[in-house]
Amino acid sequence: MWTINHAADVLQACEQERVDRPPITDEWPELDLDSAYAVQDEVLRRKLEAGERLIGVKLGLTSRAKQQRMNVHAPLTGWLTDAMVLPAGVPVPQDQLIHPRAEPEIVFVLGRALEGPGVTAATAMAAVDMVYGGLEIIDSRYRDFRFTLTDVVADNASSAKFVIGGVGRRPEELDLALEAVLLEVDGAVVDSATGAAVQGHPAEALALAANDLAQRGLRLEAGWIVLTGGMTDAVFTPPGSTVGAHFTNLGSVVVSGG
Amino acid sequence: MDTATRALTAQQLVDAYGSREPIDQISTRFPDMTLADAYEIQLLQIRSRELAGRRVIGQKVGLTSAAMQRQLGVDQPDYGHITDDMVFLEHVPIDASQYLQPKIEPEVAFVLKSSLRGPGVTVAQAIAAVDFVLPALEIIDSRIRDWKIGILDTIADNASSGGIVLGSTPVSLADVDLRLSGCVLHRNGDVIGTGAGGAVLGSPITSLVWLANTVGALGITLEAGHIVLPGSQTAAFPVAPGDVIRAQFAGIGSVTARFAPNSPATTEGAS
Repeated sequence: MWTINHAADVLQACEQERVDRPPITDEWPELDLDSAYAVQDEVLRRKLEAGERLIGVKLGLTSRAKQQRMNVHAPLTGWLTDAMVLPAGVPVPQDQLIHPRAEPEIVFVLGRALEGPGVTAATAMAAVDMVYGGLEIIDSRYRDFRFTLTDVVADNASSAKFVIGGVGRRPEELDLALEAVLLEVDGAVVDSATGAAVQGHPAEALALAANDLAQRGLRLEAGWIVLTGGMTDAVFTPPGSTVGAHFTNLGSVVVSGG
Repeated sequence: MDTATRALTAQQLVDAYGSREPIDQISTRFPDMTLADAYEIQLLQIRSRELAGRRVIGQKVGLTSAAMQRQLGVDQPDYGHITDDMVFLEHVPIDASQYLQPKIEPEVAFVLKSSLRGPGVTVAQAIAAVDFVLPALEIIDSRIRDWKIGILDTIADNASSGGIVLGSTPVSLADVDLRLSGCVLHRNGDVIGTGAGGAVLGSPITSLVWLANTVGALGITLEAGHIVLPGSQTAAFPVAPGDVIRAQFAGIGSVTARFAPNSPATTEGAS
């Protein structure tokens, strides 16, 4: 019998034992968005109880292409804890992950709290203190990254690890719609995009996150990190590979597959 | 392919422009077709255009993105010729019905101040030969049915060229990092694609160098004043009558292509 708690057990076991599984909705088709977020919150509660610290949120499905593929019209959010931070120069921890992939993102650090509803891109941007380039290492607990919207929400939006680049800029210095990233694997360009690929503008993604969380009585706190969503499709990071994200004004972030 | 087959194929492609009726894929009909055959078929068409009074004003490089090369299963770009009748002004509506199956691509165009003659052209020499860059939109089109092309087909078909629209904000190469400069492509106000200059063979400059050296080996010089379109920064997107396409490039400016509505009468009735 599926419950919020059971789903949290199952997903946490997958993460800890590095085993993937079929989508939960194969067996629990009634899993709705509210319950899926409740699963996400339950896993977070357990992690915080075990000593991890909540340090921010991530957005997923912020590109129109991905939304069309999943047949949804809005992005989703997931929680970031300090255990997910991958320091610069440290390889992808293959021994902790199932089938990690990397995607380049524009990362915000909030200077003050942001509470919806009614947050706009402009008011969201006013809460941003610094902007960074980053690489998010996503890892689905579902086999072959096959899942429905509610599955991926329950799985904390496939979050695993993230690296933040060393070049921080003030938001007013940047035109984020035109801020580009060149994604390289083993030195060869495989993809490119700009911030406009993220919900039209990463500030729109931030506003959506704030307004989404408000529906659950939550807000984004000062000092939090916000990963605004993959600018390109994700690329695998197998052992021996190197993934580089080179930004127009936000420097380079490189991660090794170990 | 023998000379007569090349000439016949070139004529079929020329005819397709007029009839707007695409031809069947060439390379599958002639399995012995080579790269030399494909470029010769292209050149025959360019010569016939020149005989009709058209002038070559530059070249374009195609198949420059990792995605396109993967899709066609090739590891090299190709090139085609730009003639003066392919150039449109930003404010003049383009009649989409002159094309068979048009798509649009955002590019940063090079305008040369001195000629470039390969082989042996270096990145440094290529940069020194560039007068300025302009924001550009390339209309690509295929005279081959359903865009069912391999590299030989697109080469024979003038690298799937259609037309170009140039913006009017010249920028010096010293003032922009072409590799990391971002590009956003809008269709009727919606963002349909984004990318960076580096999507073009790692850098658009690489594309210029490749072109100079590749045509140089055939005895062709890139001329001063000529335009070089180095390759698209995003995927190509289909365009239809009435579409307004705008490409914006970080540090370079923007360019707009307006496609005329299908029929003036319909427009009047609607307004």
